[in-house]
Amino acid sequence: MNALYAVLVDPFMQMAAQPDFLLQVLWEGLVGGILYALIALGFVLIFKASGVFNFAQGIMVVFAALSLVGLYEAGVPAWLALILAIAIMGVLALAVEGLVMRHLVNQPEIILLMSTIGLTYFLIGFGEFIFGGEPKVMITEELGLPTGSTVLEPAGLGRDGGPGLVILQHIDIAAAIIAIVMVTVLGIFFNKTRIGRALRAVADDHQAALSVGISLNQIWAIVWFAAGIVALATGIMWGARSDVSFALEIVALKALPVLILGGFTSIPGAIVGGLIIGIGEKLGEIYWGPLVGGGIESWLAYVIALIFLLFRPQGLFGERIIERI
Amino acid sequence: MMLRKLAFGAACVALSGLAAGAVTQANAQDSIYVQLPTYRTGPYAGSGIPIANGMADYLTMLNERDGGIGGVKITFDECETGYDTQKGVECYEAAKANNTVVFNPWSTGITLQVIPKAAVDKIPILSMAYGLSAAAEGDVFPWVFNPPDTYWDGLSAIIKDIGEREGGLDNLKGKKIGYLFLDAGYGREPIPLLEQLAEKYGFAVTQYPVAGKEMQNQSSQWLNVRRDNPDYMIMWGWGAMNPTAVKEATKIRYPMDKFYGVWWAGGDDDARAGGAQAKGYRTLNFHGTGADYPALQDIKKLVVDAGKSQVEADKFGDNLYNRGVYNSILMAEAIRTAQEMTGKTAITAEDMRVGLENLNIDEARIKEIGLEGFMKPVKVTCENHSGHHQVYVQEWDGEKWVAASDWFAPMTDVVEPLLKQAAEDYVKSNAPWPERQAECATRS
Repeated sequence: MNALYAVLVDPFMQMAAQPDFLLQVLWEGLVGGILYALIALGFVLIFKASGVFNFAQGIMVVFAALSLVGLYEAGVPAWLALILAIAIMGVLALAVEGLVMRHLVNQPEIILLMSTIGLTYFLIGFGEFIFGGEPKVMITEELGLPTGSTVLEPAGLGRDGGPGLVILQHIDIAAAIIAIVMVTVLGIFFNKTRIGRALRAVADDHQAALSVGISLNQIWAIVWFAAGIVALATGIMWGARSDVSFALEIVALKALPVLILGGFTSIPGAIVGGLIIGIGEKLGEIYWGPLVGGGIESWLAYVIALIFLLFRPQGLFGERIIERI
Repeated sequence: MMLRKLAFGAACVALSGLAAGAVTQANAQDSIYVQLPTYRTGPYAGSGIPIANGMADYLTMLNERDGGIGGVKITFDECETGYDTQKGVECYEAAKANNTVVFNPWSTGITLQVIPKAAVDKIPILSMAYGLSAAAEGDVFPWVFNPPDTYWDGLSAIIKDIGEREGGLDNLKGKKIGYLFLDAGYGREPIPLLEQLAEKYGFAVTQYPVAGKEMQNQSSQWLNVRRDNPDYMIMWGWGAMNPTAVKEATKIRYPMDKFYGVWWAGGDDDARAGGAQAKGYRTLNFHGTGADYPALQDIKKLVVDAGKSQVEADKFGDNLYNRGVYNSILMAEAIRTAQEMTGKTAITAEDMRVGLENLNIDEARIKEIGLEGFMKPVKVTCENHSGHHQVYVQEWDGEKWVAASDWFAPMTDVVEPLLKQAAEDYVKSNAPWPERQAECATRS
C-alpha cells in the first residue's frame, strides 16, 4: 500500500505543494527537449533524404562547435568564425558526399550505416588532431547570445503558498527561439522550394527521382550541409551549457529515443518527440527517481519511447509501413 | 607471390622484435623506464591533458638539469587509456613488457583491475591520492601505494572543514549534505565512509549520481539539489563533469562557498567555466598552485621555453598541471630512495617498491629540490602506504585558486580503523588473497 502511495500519490502531492518548482522542472524539461530535438533534427534530415542513419551526427555537433571556437581562438572575429564554421560544414558535406556516399549508391542500408560509424571515428581522430582534446569555452557572449537569467517570483506558488521562484536562463530562451526558427526555415525549405521537393522525391524513391533528372549527389551534399548547420547550432547551445569537448558526442545518443518516438522521417516528430522525452525524463527523474535511488534519466527516455512504440511502431509522426503481400 | 609476402612480413616482425628487445636492453642498462598512462583524448581529456603535461615535464626537467636521477636518465613514454579500464589494462601489460619500474593507472577503475596483478608481476602501483582507499594498508597491499592521501582521507577532511565552519562536528547533527558523484568506481569509492560518518555525526546524506554519458547533462541532478536544499554539497567529479556541475550550481544559485570538491574537482578550467558566479567554490588540495617555485621555474626554462613541453603557456602552473608534477616528484624521490638503498643506479620494479615503501620527503629535501612551500613532507612506511597527510582547502576567487584554510590533517583516527576493516573485507571477498611475502626493508 505504501509503495502504491509512493508511486501514484506522493509525486503529485509534491507537485501541488511546490508549483513553482514544478514549473522549473517543466521549463528545464522543455529546454532539454528542444536541445534533444535539435540533435534529432540532424539525424532526420539525412535519414529523410537517403535512408541513412547518420551515426556521425553526434561528432558533427562537436566538430562544428570546435571549428567555431578554434577559429575564434586563432584570432578570427566571432561572426566571421561563425560564417567560416558554416563553410567548414559545407566542405565536410561535399567531402562526405564525394568520398563516401557517392561510392555507396545502391548498397544495402547496413553498409551506409557502417560508413557513418567509420566517419564518426575518423572525425573524432581528425578533430583531436586539429583542435586537441582539451575542452573549450563556447564564445556565447562574443556571438551576441544572451547570458544571465530572469528570475520570476510568482506569488503563492512557492512552498506552503509562499512566493515562488522560477529561474529562466537567457541562453535557454535563445535556444528555444533558434530551434523554432530553424524548424520553420527547414519546413519552408522542404515544402516550398524546388530543392526541398526534389529532396522529398529522393526520400520517397531514389530511382524514380533519378529518372526525372534529380541529381542524387547534389541532394545528398545539400542535405549533409543542412545537417551540418543544424549540428553547429546544436553545438553552440550544448556548448554554452557546459563546455565544448568530445564528451558532447555521447550526449547526441540522447537523440535515439527521440527518433524512436517521433519517427525517423518527420521534422515535427523530432520536435514533439524531443519535448516529450525532455519533459518526461525530467518529471520522472525528479518525482519518481528518488524512489529507486535516482539516476533513472539515462534509461527512462528509452522506456518512454518503447511504450509509445507499442502503440505506434512507426513512431508518432513516422510514415505507416504498409506492404502488400 | 604469397610466399614472398609472408616471408617479408615475418622478416618485419622479427626485425621489430629485435628492435624492441634492443630498446628494452638499453633501458635496463642505461636508463630507468617509466610508462606514463595518460588520457589526452576522450571525455576526460580536460583533466587528463594538464596532468600528462605536468608528469612529463618534471621528468624531462630532471633529465635536462641533472642528467636524470642518480646519473641515470629516465626514459618514459605515454600510453593513451582514454580513462577506459580495458585500455588501461592493456597499457599495464605493455608497461610490464617494457620493464616499467612503476605503474600509474590514473583511474580508480584501472587501479582496481591491476591491484591483483601487481603482486604477481612484481610491479608497484602508484595510485596517487586515488584508487582503493584500503590499499593504504601496506601489510595487505605491499605492491600498491596511494600517498599522500586516500579518498577516505579526502572525504573526512571535507567533513572536518564543514564541521569547523559549523562550530564543531557535533553541530552537524540534523544537517543535510548532498553527494554528487561520477557513477563509476571513482565516485563510489568514498560512499561507505560517508555513510558511516553520517551515522556517527547525525547528518543526512542525499546521493546524486551522474552517469558517465550524462556528464554534460546534469540539470536533473541540480533540480533535485534545489528541491532538497542541502546545507552543503560535496562533489567527486572528473573530466567534463566538473565544469558542468559548477555551471549548474551557479544556475540554481547554490551558495558556492558551501560547494566542496575533492582534489580532482579542482582544475582551473573546472571553476573557470562557472564565470564570476563560481567565486567561492572550494576544493581540497595537497600542493601549491602557480609557478612561483624554483623547480617549476627550472621546468619553464629547460622544458617549456625550450619547446620540449606540450603545455600551453597560459596553462603552465595550473592546478592539475602541478598535480602531474607532484606525481612525478613522488616517482623521482622513490627512485632516488631505491638507488640509495640498493646501491644500484638502474633500479628494477622490485627495487622501486622498496623505494616507495621508504619514501620520506622531509622539509629539508623539499627545499633542496626547489619546492619549498609547494608541498608538505610525505612519508610512507611498510604498514602505511598512504600516510594520511595534511591537506588544505582552496577557494576560487573568480580568476585563480587561493588558499582558504591552513594545512590540516584528515580525520585519521576515524579513517584508519575503517581502512583496516575495509582491507580485511577486501581480503575476504578476494580469497585466496596472498599474504605479504615482501620483506619490510628499511633504511639503515
